[in-house]
Amino acid sequence: MTLILGALIFWVSAWILNARLADSALAETRFVKLLVPLIFGLTIIGVWELLVRGLSVPLVILPPPSLVIETASQNLEILWKDLVQTFIKGAFRGYVIGCMSAIFVGILLERFEFLRLGLMPVASFMAALPIVGTAPILVMWFGFGWQSKAAVVVVMVFFPMLINTVAGLRESSQIQNDLMTTYAASNWQAFIKLRLPAAMPFIFNGLKISTTLALIGAIVAEFFGSPTVGMGFRISTSVGRLA
Amino acid sequence: MRSLASICVVIFALIVVWYLSAFVLNTPWAMDKAKRAGIEISSKELILDTWSQEKPKLPAPHQVGLEIWKTTVEKKITSKRSLIFHSWITLSSTLVGFLIGTSLGILLAIGIVHNNAMNMSIMPWAIASQTIPILAIAPMIIVVLNSIGVQGLLPKAIISSYLCFFPVVVGMVKGLRSPDKIDKDLMHTYNATNFQKFWKLRLPTSMPFLFASLKVGISASLVGAIVGELPTGAVRGLGARLLAGSYYGQTIQIWSALIMAAMLAAVLVGILALLQRFTLNRMGMT
Repeated sequence: MTLILGALIFWVSAWILNARLADSALAETRFVKLLVPLIFGLTIIGVWELLVRGLSVPLVILPPPSLVIETASQNLEILWKDLVQTFIKGAFRGYVIGCMSAIFVGILLERFEFLRLGLMPVASFMAALPIVGTAPILVMWFGFGWQSKAAVVVVMVFFPMLINTVAGLRESSQIQNDLMTTYAASNWQAFIKLRLPAAMPFIFNGLKISTTLALIGAIVAEFFGSPTVGMGFRISTSVGRLA
Repeated sequence: MRSLASICVVIFALIVVWYLSAFVLNTPWAMDKAKRAGIEISSKELILDTWSQEKPKLPAPHQVGLEIWKTTVEKKITSKRSLIFHSWITLSSTLVGFLIGTSLGILLAIGIVHNNAMNMSIMPWAIASQTIPILAIAPMIIVVLNSIGVQGLLPKAIISSYLCFFPVVVGMVKGLRSPDKIDKDLMHTYNATNFQKFWKLRLPTSMPFLFASLKVGISASLVGAIVGELPTGAVRGLGARLLAGSYYGQTIQIWSALIMAAMLAAVLVGILALLQRFTLNRMGMT
């Protein structure tokens, strides 16, 4: 009971502190801008810990955060191997291959109007589809190793990346293109000096979106079959043991 | 007109590539079969065989089409083999999750816009949480809820709602903040209350943003529902069809479930796009 009460008091006081900070004159400083979300995050972890202990929630449903950290620090070696398998071997390689090929295809599409008109609607349709669903097929084709995970990641990041690249390359305005023409710039020069730089914000945005997709793809692909390491494998076996 | 022609060309090319890769990928198995039977096969037989195997590496488009036809039109809807039955299971949890997620998301966005402390403490987390592959712990949520007796539609809907929650929050916050300063000042000179400002200015101007994030949200919900069906032992739903197909090497079944999911996503996004056009037209915003 005291723990639950403590959780409540902790929460309310942290909230009041945050509200004070947000309305104070210091609210615009960098320090406070970082501090406020940090306090909020700590509040959630604190309330979680206290409530789980106070209400004695069974371990299976929700372990307290302290136990999670403790378990993680005891199994660092296993977790590191999982990380290497899923993140570096699967997700990262797929991410690099997928993004590079998408940028390359995007540049091609930008050069050939006909291809762009035909492929872009198809690509934006594909981007809205549940592409994770291809995971079982790709696992069947490429085996249980990291290759199949990388393949899933490639398929997942390709379309969002392609759409962003093409949108970015078309970002330069008519007047800028005209200026390049009056400079007698070759197509290559106009591309390197105008269109590519103008596309950069879009390309980076696509790269950012793709990082999450890459991790999701790599982990979900492991649910369909993996060697005995990997984060997805660890999650699915631990879930199976209810641990 | 021109774009329609090029779309057709591209789709036609895709189908040709599909048939060709079906031929390439399925050839080893066909050759192997012929060798074991001790017969020579002509190239015509080989081609026909690669396009009609029972468990091909890559089924040809007509095989998938036939399977979809068989499992939708020729089966009764209540049958466990009907793809419509499985799609409905997935669709229902998608829609429930989408409703919960978007309504909570809109509420939180309203809170964030009107309360500075909420804005400063929650917004960074809402943005950061979009980079967490939450889908990966979806099976955990399913199994845990299963162990305390919550089964069926609700756990999947929770995952769906979680996935579409944050895109909606972020989009709605952007939308509710989108009115120009001059409009807000006008509301101020009208002595409008906060509620009136919200109802007559902020909410209408946020509509384009709302629909954009709804479209992202619904496809995220669908993915959530499909992944949510994976760990419960492949009982019902499109995700279960995928998993069962991958266990038994039924590639045609996987592909038909996949195409069905694709069509579902396309229809859902299409409905929202129509709704968007209608609403924005009525509001004179197009």
